[in-house]
Amino acid sequence: MSKELEYLSRRVLTGGLNRRDFLGRAAALGASAAFANSLLGSAAQAQTPNKGGILRAGMQGGAATDSLDPATWASQVPYFFGRQWGEQLVQLSADGKVNPALATEWGASDDAKVWTFKIRKGVQFHNGKEMTPADVVATMERHSDANSKSGALGIMGGIANVKADGDTVVFTLTEANADLPYLLDDYHLMIQPNGGKDKPDEGIGTGPYKVTVNEPGVRLGGEKFANYWRDDRGFADQIEIVVINDATARTSALQGGQVDIINRVEPKIVNLIKRVPGVTIQNVAGRGHYVFIAHCNTAPFDNNDLRLALKYAMNREEMVKTILQGYGSIGNDTPINKAYPLFSEIPQRAYDPDKAAFHFKKSGHDGPVLLRTSDVAFPGAVDATQLYQQSCQAAGIPIEVKREPGDGYWSEVWNKQPFSTSYWGGRPTQDQMFATAYYSKADWNDTRFFDEKFDKMLFQARSELDPAKRTAIYRDMNVLLNETGGVIVPMFNDFIDATGPKVEGWVPDGNQEMMGGYALSKCWLKA
Amino acid sequence: MGTSIPVLIVKRVGLGLLLLLAVSILIFAGTQILPGDVAQSILGQSATPQALANLRAELGLNDPAWLRYLHWLGGILTGDLGTALTSRQDIASSLWPRLKNTLFLAFWAAAISVPLAIALGLIAVRYRNGFVDKAISAFALASTSFPEFFVGYLLVFFFAVKWQFFPGISTVYDGMPFLARMQAIALPATALTLVVLAHMMRMTRAAILNVMQSAYIETAELKGLRPIEIIRRHAFPNAVAPIVNVVMLNLAYLVVGVVVIEVIFVYPGMGQYLVDHVAKRDVPVVQAVGLIFAAVYIGMNIIADIVAIVANPRLRHPK
Repeated sequence: MSKELEYLSRRVLTGGLNRRDFLGRAAALGASAAFANSLLGSAAQAQTPNKGGILRAGMQGGAATDSLDPATWASQVPYFFGRQWGEQLVQLSADGKVNPALATEWGASDDAKVWTFKIRKGVQFHNGKEMTPADVVATMERHSDANSKSGALGIMGGIANVKADGDTVVFTLTEANADLPYLLDDYHLMIQPNGGKDKPDEGIGTGPYKVTVNEPGVRLGGEKFANYWRDDRGFADQIEIVVINDATARTSALQGGQVDIINRVEPKIVNLIKRVPGVTIQNVAGRGHYVFIAHCNTAPFDNNDLRLALKYAMNREEMVKTILQGYGSIGNDTPINKAYPLFSEIPQRAYDPDKAAFHFKKSGHDGPVLLRTSDVAFPGAVDATQLYQQSCQAAGIPIEVKREPGDGYWSEVWNKQPFSTSYWGGRPTQDQMFATAYYSKADWNDTRFFDEKFDKMLFQARSELDPAKRTAIYRDMNVLLNETGGVIVPMFNDFIDATGPKVEGWVPDGNQEMMGGYALSKCWLKA
Repeated sequence: MGTSIPVLIVKRVGLGLLLLLAVSILIFAGTQILPGDVAQSILGQSATPQALANLRAELGLNDPAWLRYLHWLGGILTGDLGTALTSRQDIASSLWPRLKNTLFLAFWAAAISVPLAIALGLIAVRYRNGFVDKAISAFALASTSFPEFFVGYLLVFFFAVKWQFFPGISTVYDGMPFLARMQAIALPATALTLVVLAHMMRMTRAAILNVMQSAYIETAELKGLRPIEIIRRHAFPNAVAPIVNVVMLNLAYLVVGVVVIEVIFVYPGMGQYLVDHVAKRDVPVVQAVGLIFAAVYIGMNIIADIVAIVANPRLRHPK
């Protein structure tokens, strides 16, 4: 079996077989998905990277309003470009573990309140200056300043102070947090000279590429930084990102050979694209998911029986098949799936019109339930809403669909109206996901889920350094959300990128799209 | 006694400026009544009341609207378009390259489409109601009737994906060699040409046919002039006013109406720039771009008027 699998994995790399088919073949041969994926990864590593050339990406998610200041980043292109020219203290590996980057090692005090990071020596910024612990401290200060508009302000909130001590940096937290290293991988927290306090948008970092072209919303470019400190990335001489927000233009640019990698291939057209010679679909399960959100504190959704009825009326398999064309996995009414560290299975809720009808009757609600949706809620949201309307119909639950305009959906409907559709990109840890959207005091508690027991468990898990105990607490939290929460999670969507015939070295990485954000640094052009 | 041409021109330009002033008031008023507070939309959901107050003071949002309008107008008259709210960059300096790109594409699209449309129009008149006339009309009308994104995608499919003659994305940048730049805009310029062709061609044909009914054309025919000579020397100069009008309208369209083409071909022009900033509620940029678009429209129409006046002495002597 392994001989055949190895042969198949090499065929994937040479483009003779796509990843999806490979995983299908592997499953047929009895291999688990995890094993098959690792096999693919090792086959990729066995290739010797070729140096030189220009590696180009065509991406959705850039605008003329983008800036090089990491504190302002909120969309794919600036964030992805940042991953190529800057670095954080740590980096997540493809399997979701924290690896050293600008910090070489770290440790916590027993109460998980004081963390010490040893800073790597001999790392140069693109302006020739050496990176020091003082730069790290200044970076953390800039992003945790209450007046800063940094996107990382939320995660910096729990940090009381950051001090340099010799060649280490010491973080003192206001409350225990066993996940601090994960948080420091956040893309905003790129280490800049003097923390970027002097010139936040000068584009100087320690990454493999230095910024040479910055035309926001049009084109971004980098050139290999000669004094880069590691040799396992940065193979192309130059990188270029062309902002192509139109899906058809992105695909045709890949087919026409103007770019080598594109992001966001729409599930609708994946099956057409993968037949194009030379093009490889690169899909990987991630933490992103689509949600139907009901406010737990607003009638009629304040009744848990009604929420349960709405959950049982969701046909998850059908959603994955129809809306994601199979490029995804079913959800279980919690934002957590097996891509998260410290995950533990809980019973899967299945589509059950009888149970849905039972709970709907028990809730005592009469009349239609108003559900708001929009094209921008997630790709295929309007179709998904109609499917849901039908599956609810089968359970005798009348759903009234109101289609809202995309412009203003995020400010007027989401997090305001009691029942709507939306999406979440996921977070690196369960703690972060819960703290962002399910903690009772969270700004983005978009299901108005106020549960003291849940909050208590959240803090308990955060200060617990023993992984087994934390896993057990998180399991209880997921069960609680699954049974009483206001979130209905029909599906987790895969990240779907595509590469052209010249790209080698792609490894599935579900931390983010585009190979966890490192596609241009870790891939190379075929010799 | 008729008014002299310079006086007429000054009058037209003066009227145009007045109109522009009125448009600037409309644009300003329009962006003021947009829902949502500017400070709130910059700071987003995490805004504290103090930060909101600070930003409102910094942006001068506490001043009365007329005072803000005068500040804004004063800035524009001195060449200061203000600062973008989102990226904090000077609007004039980030807008100029985009405007240049838009004008570049519009220029080449016009350089192809205007002579082509007029020539086709003249040919259609010469062979009116014959096969050539019908073929030209059918082609032009068909290319205009398709939505522009469809024409764009067709061009991309054949010329960029199938045969790979031209790039499917038209990213241009400073320092790009001229030939590479021309190659990059080949497809969007073609798409635009196809979109504006029929309007100008049909108008040329109609205007000249109208003139062809006149007695002096009959005289010319009786003199024994060749048909194409009659059209060129007698009919065309008398039909030029409506033709120039429609040409100018289409030129203005090439500058202000090409958002869809810009998106399809990923061309870094003004339309894409405007859409990006509308999405982020970046009001100063929207105002600046709106005013520039209005100026282009009004400017083109003034030119059309002046050309018509110069070409046709009758307009100089109002009854």
